[in-house]
Amino acid sequence: MHTVSFWSANLPKIEQTLGAIALFFAVLGVIFYLAGKVNGRAARPLSTAIFLVPALVLLAAGLVFPAGKTILYSFKDAYSNKYVGFQNYTWMIHNSEIHQVIWNTLLWIAITPCVTTALGLVLAIMLNRLKRESLPKSLLFMPMAISFVGASIIWQFVYNFAPPSQPQTGLLSAISRTLGFTPPNWILTQPLNTFLLMVIFTWVETGFAMVILSAAIKGVPADIIEASALDGAHGWKLFKSVTFPMVRSTFIVVFATMVVTSLKLFDIVRTVTGGNFGTSVISNEMYSQIFVRFDQGRGSALAVILFILVTPILIYNIRNLRRERAIS
Amino acid sequence: MSKKIADHNPGRKLFSSKIAAIVVWTITALWTIPTFGLFATSFRPKEDVFMSGWWHIFTSPHFTLSNYQAVLFGQGDAGSVGGVIPYFLNSIAITVPAVVFPLVIATMAAYSLAWIRFKGSDALFFFIFALQIVPIQMSLIPLLQLFTGGAHIGHITIIPALGIAGKLAGIWLPHTMFALPLAIYLLHNFISALPRDLMEAAYVDGANHFMVFRRIVLPLSIPAIAAFGIFQFLWVWNDLLVALTFSGGTQNISPINAKLASLVGQWGSHWEILTAGAFITIALPLVVFFSLQRYFVRGLLAGSVK
Repeated sequence: MHTVSFWSANLPKIEQTLGAIALFFAVLGVIFYLAGKVNGRAARPLSTAIFLVPALVLLAAGLVFPAGKTILYSFKDAYSNKYVGFQNYTWMIHNSEIHQVIWNTLLWIAITPCVTTALGLVLAIMLNRLKRESLPKSLLFMPMAISFVGASIIWQFVYNFAPPSQPQTGLLSAISRTLGFTPPNWILTQPLNTFLLMVIFTWVETGFAMVILSAAIKGVPADIIEASALDGAHGWKLFKSVTFPMVRSTFIVVFATMVVTSLKLFDIVRTVTGGNFGTSVISNEMYSQIFVRFDQGRGSALAVILFILVTPILIYNIRNLRRERAIS
Repeated sequence: MSKKIADHNPGRKLFSSKIAAIVVWTITALWTIPTFGLFATSFRPKEDVFMSGWWHIFTSPHFTLSNYQAVLFGQGDAGSVGGVIPYFLNSIAITVPAVVFPLVIATMAAYSLAWIRFKGSDALFFFIFALQIVPIQMSLIPLLQLFTGGAHIGHITIIPALGIAGKLAGIWLPHTMFALPLAIYLLHNFISALPRDLMEAAYVDGANHFMVFRRIVLPLSIPAIAAFGIFQFLWVWNDLLVALTFSGGTQNISPINAKLASLVGQWGSHWEILTAGAFITIALPLVVFFSLQRYFVRGLLAGSVK
């Protein structure tokens, strides 16, 4: 019955998509062909330009220019009409709600990177001892493929609270009841709820840490292990003095990635609590200021704070990268 | 070779393999239970979902497909749910170009930064790497303004209004932009490690950069391209923020993940239907992920672990 209208509504989208991809490759093909004909001194700068300019234009328009604009907005009023100096920043210093937001963010970066990376490392080491590691590995990694909207629905069935007289549909409540506790209203209880959100984050990200670290451990050359074993290094000592130093750089990369991810954390807080009940973090607060309260100035100032918090990690990463490239 | 490494693995004698197996499988079970609960709930009748926890399927199993019927075709207890199939197609229409475009553009940029060196190419690479930290929330409003109003300095128009807000291209473009820093970084690590002799032999034979790119760089970079492709697929498919900002929430282009988020608000009491919707939303990424995860790890590692 609906088939005709269904296709007339949806076919254009598919055509547009395939058309855009075809056009994209056709344009590239023509440019490559024509530019390939150019010889002599112009050839090299022309190739550089053709390879680089698309990316640079997109980066400039999508990231550099907006970042600059945001810094500017952070010194303007809610509608970006006039400059207000540091008013948006002093508002943060004097607002106790924002204090909690910043405190929560610091709590996130203090706890989640340590938990996910450490758990990932432990799992990676233990997986290495199993004969059949691919199934548990896939299952542990699986949450990475699930959207946070999906995850928030999944965890609803864990954290759901019902009054004692009602049937218990939340797993955590049912377990505590069986064990004889009276369950609290999980998501509404502060500061417990922030830790419950961290559990979801850990559930999603540990698999990532585990997979990367596991591959690094497998990459440790067998002869090094053998030689140290002959020298009498075993068990913990072998791990501490040989294996860990070999995977340290990977460990740090994973840890830094986790710090940045938890700093930028948005979706979990947004979909589970909406930032209510004392769970908000900087990027969620920034979204609320801009898109709910329409205060461009305060939202931008929060973005700048986030930016400043990430900068040390960035500098550290760049220094590492330069060192690595100097060696290779 | 991998066998040899495994025989002499570094965790050896740190603890017995029995303890390792117990710990790993316990954690794996804990990790899988929440998702299994969703899967089980999506097949339970509405009354059951409200009357008991999903674990009761083991004691009193009742299963139905009516939740899937309701969410797919808009038939069922919840009245006109509308059907999510158009949104599913939207997600595909959004995701495919939003994966292909940044991959091609980033591979090109990575090749030129690694192999057509010029003064400042290193500094440029570090700058692009640094752009990873710009939170995308920062970009949303200026970008939306750019799409609807263009860019001007005084009265001079630098970029005309693109008029792509609310169209598919208006979602492809932001995803492409936001993907580039990480994509260029990972692909650059991989491409710069390709054998120098191979490239130089090709240049000596008279191949220009475009030929080298197409015939040597692209084929050899497939592992890294595949890895980032999977990563970008998951990111775009699961994204909510960009979709909410740039799609305007219409049935024409809104992706299934955004639809699911709005269903949570709309049908907060119809958990049985939400679970079916959630499972349909995560089904494709799970399939892609399980079938391609080998490439994911291999390609990412080639870039990040030396």
